[in-house]
Amino acid sequence: MTILSGERSPHGTGSGVLGACLTLAWRALLRIRHQPFQLFDVTLSPIMFTLLFTYLYGGALAGSPRQYLQFLLPGIFVQTLLFLTIYTSVGLNTDLTRGLFDRFRSMPIWQPAPLIGALLGDLLRYAMAATVMVVLGLLLGFRPGGGVVGVLLAFALIATFCMAVSWAWMPLALRLKSPESVMAMGFTFIFPLTFVSNAFVDPATMPGWLQQVVAWNPVTHAVEAARALMHGEPVGSAVATTLLTGAGTVAVFAPLVVLMYRKELPGRA
Amino acid sequence: MPPAIEIAGLVKRFGATTALAGIDLRVEPGMIYGLLGPNGAGKTTTIRVLATLLRPDAGEVRVLGCDVVREAAAVRAQISLTGQYASLDEDLTGLENLILVGRLFGLPWRAARARARELLELFDLTASAQARLSAYSGGMRRRLDIAAGLAVPPKLLFLDEPTTGLDPRSRVQVWEMVREIAAGGTTVLLTTQYMEEADRLAQRLAVIDQGRVIAEGTARELKASVGGQTLHVRLADPSRLPQARALLDGNSPAGAQPVQREDMLIAHAAHVDDATALLARLGAAGIDVTWFSLAEPTLDEVFFALTGHGAVTDESEVTE
Repeated sequence: MTILSGERSPHGTGSGVLGACLTLAWRALLRIRHQPFQLFDVTLSPIMFTLLFTYLYGGALAGSPRQYLQFLLPGIFVQTLLFLTIYTSVGLNTDLTRGLFDRFRSMPIWQPAPLIGALLGDLLRYAMAATVMVVLGLLLGFRPGGGVVGVLLAFALIATFCMAVSWAWMPLALRLKSPESVMAMGFTFIFPLTFVSNAFVDPATMPGWLQQVVAWNPVTHAVEAARALMHGEPVGSAVATTLLTGAGTVAVFAPLVVLMYRKELPGRA
Repeated sequence: MPPAIEIAGLVKRFGATTALAGIDLRVEPGMIYGLLGPNGAGKTTTIRVLATLLRPDAGEVRVLGCDVVREAAAVRAQISLTGQYASLDEDLTGLENLILVGRLFGLPWRAARARARELLELFDLTASAQARLSAYSGGMRRRLDIAAGLAVPPKLLFLDEPTTGLDPRSRVQVWEMVREIAAGGTTVLLTTQYMEEADRLAQRLAVIDQGRVIAEGTARELKASVGGQTLHVRLADPSRLPQARALLDGNSPAGAQPVQREDMLIAHAAHVDDATALLARLGAAGIDVTWFSLAEPTLDEVFFALTGHGAVTDESEVTE
């Protein structure tokens, strides 16, 4: 047993691309395990929204709370998972401001691995939050016509979409000075994005100009797809549109983020 | 074998501020090399450039023969960065942190776990293996930090202010570890604002001030460059200090006035004869001396002589 044992491979890339990403995903899982209450923070507001909207507005919007819940739950489901995308960037900014990225970036690993690792770790958070929302829905009387398969397909689609959307907030994570400002700025974007959509009410009741905005909002298509999949209805072009929007987001933001990450981060020196 | 570090004309600016104004430095492999300077002198910026975290604005920087910009991956494969800016994960346990770092350096899971346990043992942290880092004391954290840098031993280890904020006992522990690491053949570059640390640990030193290397050599050479020795005198009656100071004035080398520090008077003496003459003069004036010593100048005094400002933090004023 010695203080110096083992030797570096002189030009090695450490654990390889996959190894580094999986190791950092493992770290993300450990963080969730050590901070289970964080998930409670994240799901608390969707739970409250679900209860409030269902029982306060349900009757007025759809005739009865139970009927409205069938419409609302897939919308809230998408919103909950989208909120989590902000937390990804909050976590990355925490790593940055605490100096962890300096360690990672000085190591012989594939440089974007900490970003990918964080996204992979998010899958568990998505799954946990999705479970909370669906179970709550079932308790209140949500009856998805698409059954288990429909709900799982909706989850797979929205989780993929959210992993793509996460890239859009990462420039905030890499530029802003504190996790709090990433949170504040992120929610400034995500709130109108999720509310000005078809997640809560049928856009047909809105003024014409707002209907246009809602129709352009990518969240609208994601909610439409999730709703159709959960209820076993025809999805039309919604799934394809959602996937394409996600792909477009990654295509625009991933190169930008990786460039920012590789270049130079605002140090604390 | 190429030098461990080779820097020529390194310039780094942040906006309008010039952090590094042309650093030249050469560190031979296998030694403990100290970068000494006050806060904001450019020590950390230099390390961040060497560790591939910052790009130089001008100059040539090579680590173990590899260019830090063009061959960054090869540099990263051979270094470890530890210290105040490269931290570990607060929310993970000590053991998990070490496994994480071992894995990222390419160890398989089983080997990473075994090495993590070994390092915890070596750094006297086994009892806290399952505690989250946020519960660690400053000294434990620093030890874990250094342990993490050794998960797979590097050829060059950067220690950025390894003992800042530590109590004296922890500081001595860290020094012992650093010596052991260097004895194993790893080159160590450490930054410090503590003269004592540089003096006791580093085989060679570069003194950095305002983004430049203003002196380089062994601690002995740096002290010799100031010339002569230092006389410390303590009086029976402290109220006569100003009078004693006036008496000693004029016998110090040019530019070095006798300094009064608490109840002590400090003066330069080119030779032992000068020192006895100074003491005799105090005796002749009827000023009783209770204690005196004649010693090499401390690096503190060297720094003062080199820069003309005593910006180095006093040991008692620990800053984080």
